[in-house]
Amino acid sequence: MVPVSAYVTVSAILFVTGLVGVLIRRNFIIVLMSIEIMLNAANINLVAFANHLDSLAGQVMTLFVIAIAAGEAAVGLAIIIVVFRGKMATNVDQINLLKW
Amino acid sequence: MILVFIALVALIGIVAGLTVFVSSAAGLFAYFALVSIAAGVLTVSLRNPVHCGIALLALLGHVAGLFVLLHAEFVAVVQIIIYAGAILILYLFVLMLLNLKTEERYFHRRHAWFVVGVGALTVELLLVLLTSQYGGAKGPAPVEVVEEVGNSMAIGILMFSDYLLPFEIVGVFLLGAIVGAIVLAKPPTRADLSGDAR
Repeated sequence: MVPVSAYVTVSAILFVTGLVGVLIRRNFIIVLMSIEIMLNAANINLVAFANHLDSLAGQVMTLFVIAIAAGEAAVGLAIIIVVFRGKMATNVDQINLLKW
Repeated sequence: MILVFIALVALIGIVAGLTVFVSSAAGLFAYFALVSIAAGVLTVSLRNPVHCGIALLALLGHVAGLFVLLHAEFVAVVQIIIYAGAILILYLFVLMLLNLKTEERYFHRRHAWFVVGVGALTVELLLVLLTSQYGGAKGPAPVEVVEEVGNSMAIGILMFSDYLLPFEIVGVFLLGAIVGAIVLAKPPTRADLSGDAR
């Protein structure tokens, strides 16, 4: 029997990996992929605690998270296509029109 | 070469997920955990965006294996179908549509000190997580009770009773996302380009 702390540890490491990806990568698409890694880390946490606490609520929430991730990916990639059409770049350093 | 390697790892992960019921849980957990972390690091660090996408596929497959180990079979299947089958394909479509060249300088070198702070934070977080007790009141659905009706049916009953309102909100959200994505990615018309649209 694998303890829940092991799953939470894996989840924390994956979340930090995604966070580092968001902070250091310059390609907008890779930044979105890093966000997917962070969402997956959250999903592992939800399912691990659903198993640990004998409740199915975490698994239902995981399905909602996956649906939200699908919507986020669709809209984010549409924005990337629009920006790329105008600037021919997916580098986040060059996409600074709304930067304060 | 590295692409073939990562694809092989993803394939091995899917096969291991299928044979999960006839093997020891701890060994499989170690495999899925280590490979998913390695695939996550590769996703963040590889230079070619398509290689990053394939590494993300390996990560998603192995996280699905973790879900199976946690007796969440339906979530694992949804993870494979929706994440690996739909979302990741969308990413790869956009990558190939844009035909990105591999960048020479693909990291923010100036902000490399972020990594030091994040590393220190991780060590502290792991110390806290590994020494916690994880108590808490037990819910009404232990694994044996769920197995009697099946995981998918138990989730379905819960989703269409207690979580009906979030379910409907997610439906409206997905409709909005579809319409928004189509409107955003539509090619500009002549009226838009001349500036006197609407």
